[in-house]
This record gives sequence, C-alpha cells and structure tokens, in this order.
Amino acid sequence: MRKIKELVIEKSLLLSALITIAITIGIVLVLAIEAFHFFSEVSIIDFFTDTQWTPLFADKHYGILPLLSGTLLTSFIAISVALPIGLSISIYLSEYAPKNFRKVVKPLLELLAAVPTVVYGFFALIVVTPFLQQIIPGLSGFNSLSAGFVMGIMIIPYISSISEDALHAVPNTLREASFGMGATKLQTAFKVVVPAASSGIIVSIILAISRAIGETMIVAVAAGQQPRLTLDPTVPVETITAYIVQVSLGDVEHGSVEYRTIFAAGITLFVFTFLLNTLSYRIRKKYQERYE
Amino acid sequence: MNSIQKNRLKDQLFKVWGIGCTLFGLILLAVFIGDILIDGIMRIDWKFIIDLPSRKPEKAGIYTALMGSIWILLLTTVIAFPVGVAAGVYLEEYGKKNKFSAILEINISNLAGVPSIIYGLLGLEVFVRIMSLGASVLAGSLTLSLLILPIIIVATREAIKAVPKTVKDASFALGASKWQTIWNQVLPASSGGILTGVILALSRAVGETAPLIVVGALAYVPFAPESPMDEFSVLPIQIFNWISRPQHGFIENAAAAIIILLLITFVMNGIAVYFRNKWQKKLK
Repeated sequence: MRKIKELVIEKSLLLSALITIAITIGIVLVLAIEAFHFFSEVSIIDFFTDTQWTPLFADKHYGILPLLSGTLLTSFIAISVALPIGLSISIYLSEYAPKNFRKVVKPLLELLAAVPTVVYGFFALIVVTPFLQQIIPGLSGFNSLSAGFVMGIMIIPYISSISEDALHAVPNTLREASFGMGATKLQTAFKVVVPAASSGIIVSIILAISRAIGETMIVAVAAGQQPRLTLDPTVPVETITAYIVQVSLGDVEHGSVEYRTIFAAGITLFVFTFLLNTLSYRIRKKYQERYE
Repeated sequence: MNSIQKNRLKDQLFKVWGIGCTLFGLILLAVFIGDILIDGIMRIDWKFIIDLPSRKPEKAGIYTALMGSIWILLLTTVIAFPVGVAAGVYLEEYGKKNKFSAILEINISNLAGVPSIIYGLLGLEVFVRIMSLGASVLAGSLTLSLLILPIIIVATREAIKAVPKTVKDASFALGASKWQTIWNQVLPASSGGILTGVILALSRAVGETAPLIVVGALAYVPFAPESPMDEFSVLPIQIFNWISRPQHGFIENAAAAIIILLLITFVMNGIAVYFRNKWQKKLK
C-alpha cells in the first residue's frame, strides 16, 4: 500500500514537471501554426526584405525589418547604458566596496528590476523625454532614445548582480598572487579577476540583451507606434513587442491576416531570445564545470 | 609622476567612478520615485481607491483595476504555487541525473528567458480561444501562472538544495519513506526559501502588463470581477491606459495609481527579503 502511494505521488510530481515541457511545446506550436497560416498568405521573402510594415493600413506591406530595427535600436541604446554602468558597479562592489556597503546596495539595486515596467514607461515619457528635449531640440515626443535609456536603467541589475556573483566567485588566491606582484586593485581587477570571471560576465550581458529585446511596456509607452526603418534615435519607432500590444488593444478579427501578424512578429521575437538564452545556458554550463 | 604613482591614481579614479556608477542607479531610482510621489500623492484618497473608472480624470478611481489585480493575484497563487513546488521537488528529489532531467533543466532555464508577451500569445490561443475561457480572470491567471512557473521551480530547487543532507539521512534511518521524508522534513526545512521565491514571483505577476493586454484584459471595466469567468482589468493596464491619454488629469491619476502599485510591489519584495533572512538564520 505504501509503495503504491509513493509511486502515485512520484508520478503526480513528474506530471507537474512535465507541464514545463508542455509550455514550451505549446509556445512553439501556437507560434508555428499561426505563422504558417500567415506565410501561406504573405510571401516569406517579402516578410524579410520589404522595408515597410503597414498591415493595419489600406496599402498593406508585411516587412518585418522596420519592427526589427526598432527592437534592435532600443535594445542597443539600453545595452550602451547598462553595460558600462552595470559592469563598473559589479567590479566596484566585488573588488573595492566594504562588505556591509555591498550587502545593503546589492538588494537596493535589484529593486530596479522589480519595478513594474509600465512604471518605467511613465518615467520615460513624462520625465526623461521632456528633460532630453531641452538638450536635443529636435527630439520627438516619442523616441527610441529615452525609451532605450530608461530600459538601460532597468537592466542594470541584470548585469551588475550576475557579474558581481561571477567576480565574487573568483578564488582569493588569484587576487593575492596579483597583489604580491605589486599590482594595484585596478590592475588586479581588470587583468586577473575579470578575465577569470569572463564567462559569467558574458552570460549576464547576454541575459540583459535578451531582456531588452523582449521588453514591452517601456517601448509601447515611450517609443511610439510608427514602424520605421531607421537608426535615428530621436524619431518615433515601433518594436516587435509594441506592435503586438498595439494590435491587442485594437479590434482585430480572429483568423484574419492582421490577427496572424502578431504571431509572425512573435515567432521572430521568440527565435531571437531563444538563441540568446540557449547561448547563455551553454556558456553557464561550461563555466560551472571549470570551477567545480 | 612615476608609473607607480600613475597606477595608484588610476586606481583611485576607478574607485570614484565605481561609487559614482553605483550611486547613479540608486539616485535615479530615488529621483524617479520622488517625481511620481510629487505628481500623484495629492490625488490619493479613499475615494480614488473605491471609485469606478470614468471619462473624467477627477472622478476616475482604481477600484475595478485593484480588484482585478487582487483576483489575478489570488488565482495565480492557487494555480502556480502547488504546480511549481511539485515540479521543483520532482527535479531536485526524484529526477535522476539522466538525459531526461537534463532536458527538463535546459527547458526551464529557457522558459525563464522567454519574453512575457510571448506567454500572452500562448494564453490568447490556448486559454482564450481553444479552451474558450474568453478574456476572463481565469484565462489571465492561467497565463501568468505559466509565466511565473519557472521562477517558482528554480526557487524551490535552490531552497531544497540548501537543506543539509543529514536531515534526510536521519529521517531515512528512522524508517521514513521518501515522500514522508520530503513532506515532514525537507519541505518544512526549505519552506522559508520556497516562500521567498513564490512571493517574488507573485510580485512580478502583479506588475505584468503586456501578457494580460494580449490575452484581452480591458482598459475600461465598469464592474469589479465577481467570478473567475468575468472580464477584468488590472492596475498596470489602468496605468498604461491613463498614461496614453493627453489630459493632464490622467497623468496625475497614473502617478497616483503607480504609487499604489509600487507600494504593493515593494511590500511584497520586503516580505520576501524578511522571510529569506529569517530562513537563512534558521538554516545556520
């Protein structure tokens, strides 16, 4: 009797674990099936080469490039902000800061990632854009610059916390050897500790990029809703995620091409983040083996 | 200046730069909360909380959105908590180190990195259309449950990992079965860590906007939901809706609603940190 009970419990626990596999299969199937229907009506070559995205207008074009450029532009701006700041914070906290300071500051910084993203959207639109407009006269009310900047602030803790963990895990003997040779903390940090923790740092950067590409509400609020193939950070653009929100808010008929565009856009987004996540997982696994 | 002095100077300069960067993040957070407080704090009163949405900013309140958020929070907890903890227990205690568990692990790590809006697309197709739940509280909660499942699973595993092996050995030595050991020893000993993870995951769910918009949650709902099958709005969507409007009064409303949302998020994070600290002390 007891054995049967144990077995039943084990199997039901297994079932719960299998739900995670079902989620992945569900995501892939849903995106693939709807995207398949989409591509039976829209040429896949147009999708990747047309430079206009206007599925909601009378003159319909289905080129993903403007959405992709919007996504990459805002993500690039975000990483340009978060990478130098996040990495400096991680090196400072791990190599220079007193223990207590580190203990207080790290969770405080992680609050940056706990703030709901719609709140950051408010901040970008109502505070940062008007401020930047005083410095850059031609800046549009919706633009990728302030959306990207605020997104950068949001992802700082992704880089600073994970990198700091990696730096902190470097054995002290390496540092002591370097100090013994007469190196300063700075030299030790950049020539010994950072290279030793490089894989962890790279993982943190990849995760931050993946987070930026998938971020929705900041760009939906502050970057505008105009798909535009441009690298100009001062004009309105639209990202893949913002487009999906725009369609979801409107009244689009289920089963129409317009409805399917959000899945075609979604699968593009999914492929990007999937590749980045897989890459970071691989690096993390390799790095664990090296230290254990 | 010789090279030693130069290197020392560089060292000092980097230290200043590092403090600057650290403070930059914290100061921005402070400026930003300060700004929202200035914009919105005067707007908050009891009427704002119990008023229904309205076209006129000075009459509009957050009642339906707040109730929607509470509904979503409760249902998501009921769905995601047992499933997530069960999956975590399986992976940590039963999952043998074989290819299958390696696949499960890669899969969960990947799911944690899937953008939230993609979960929205999944929920739209599976819960709203195929299971024909419509744009209901239940469909929204199921979608968010899938979204936070990886977070709960990872937290459960970490918490179980932290339980000393001696606890388990002692239980087995007394003749307890595997499940008895897990239920009576491992889960109580890891409960603090699991609770921390679950609360953090739920605080993420409260702030989620995009997947619920995709699932079809509305910006304007005249009544608070009364059953899991009712239409709903949530605080973040109400905020998004108010931000998108040109009248200044709505910006003030948005700021006021943000204060309430941040209060909920920060309190949940605070509780999580409290549980973690208490639990870590107990483990030692």
